Amino acid sequence: MIEPRFATGDRVRVDTRPAKGHCRAPFYLRGRTGVVEAIHGRYRDPEQLAYHRPGLPMRFLYRVRFDQPSVWGREAENSTDAVVADLFEHWLTRVTGRETANAR
Amino acid sequence: MHDDDQGHTHGDPDPHAPSPDDAPPASEWEFLEKALSALLAECGVIEEADIQRMMNFTESRNPALGAKVVARAWTDSGFRDRLLCDARKSLREEMGIDVGTIAEIAAVENSDKLHHVVVCTLCSCYPRTLLGQPPAWYKSREYRSRIVREPRKVLKEFGTVLPSDVSIRVLDSTADLRYLVIPNRPGGTEDWPAHRLEALVSRDSMIGTALASDQNDK
Amino acid sequence: MTGISGAAGTRGIHDVGGLDFGAIDRSEHPLTTFERRVDALMMLMIGPSGVFRADALRRAIESYNEADYVNLTYYEKWVRALRILLVEQGVLSDEQIDARIAALRENCEGVQP
Repeated sequence: MIEPRFATGDRVRVDTRPAKGHCRAPFYLRGRTGVVEAIHGRYRDPEQLAYHRPGLPMRFLYRVRFDQPSVWGREAENSTDAVVADLFEHWLTRVTGRETANAR
Repeated sequence: MHDDDQGHTHGDPDPHAPSPDDAPPASEWEFLEKALSALLAECGVIEEADIQRMMNFTESRNPALGAKVVARAWTDSGFRDRLLCDARKSLREEMGIDVGTIAEIAAVENSDKLHHVVVCTLCSCYPRTLLGQPPAWYKSREYRSRIVREPRKVLKEFGTVLPSDVSIRVLDSTADLRYLVIPNRPGGTEDWPAHRLEALVSRDSMIGTALASDQNDK
Repeated sequence: MTGISGAAGTRGIHDVGGLDFGAIDRSEHPLTTFERRVDALMMLMIGPSGVFRADALRRAIESYNEADYVNLTYYEKWVRALRILLVEQGVLSDEQIDARIAALRENCEGVQP
């Protein structure tokens, strides 16, 4: 039984590595830190499916909330607004408490 | 043809007006479509009847169907909970709606304190197996680029102004889930029958660029 | 992948979140027969017949240059992707498609508006 690496409430950062071809981690969220809101289960990997490959191994998919200031800084319209995106596990790393949350 | 056709009316003839099926192709892309359809039929991948069936299926999915789902969710809290938990299962078992295998569908609920609005910044993902095809603006670079950064400004352009104590959640459909927004039920509608409630639920209110109201979409 | 480079890798032409492309045109029109047919063909390919996945459609469109990404209509981008992907999957060949288009054009001569 494969377990998800992250749990609801975990703080995670989106990787900044360059995408090699098709990728579903949007540019504006790379390097940004959010909070895992839900675990959707495992899905086939779109980075493989896009090239007619089977999309294995399957990847855990998470719903991650990014508060507007953590993405847009002082330009954020409202501090309690947020962007929510569904991101695959291999684009996320856990952020521990002491790390600067929004370093890019 | 579609419930959501609210095209601006101009005096000029509509350059996008549907052409009759037997019209000759007007562009290289129309020639390409005709060539692909014919060749796919000849090599047995699909038949012309499959194309017609798929067009009919797509047209059977439209905002009126979504409005039925929302009205049911407003009036049946058990259904609402099951819809929020497993949309595919509850739509199939309780509404007889098969959302197909192309993508998963998920519902999110608006309230007095929380407002969801949906986008796909990377392409144009949309709960089309429930609501039909998305409006052109949903697929535009203008909407896709701006809504994640300045949702309040964009919503205002759509005529939707939210108090600052309502938190906005912009849902970017980046993966396998397509989102249906259950708009906040307007006050004073407690005794309304289903058909009156459904009339409050516009397509845009299920995307989140509008609120449920008498003023559908505009 | 076309696009611009930055600190977090390359931003593809399709990857527009957070940019500003200005006013949103909210005008709508009924889909044309061409658009409805391309839509149905695509759904048949990625749905029941499983010739390719929606992920491949996205990847094909992301490979267009900026001028095509911006100037082609939504369903023009789709029908072009259909061609690319049907050829990639060996269902049809470029020669077959080109020959059929040429034949269709010949048939239409004289009745073009």
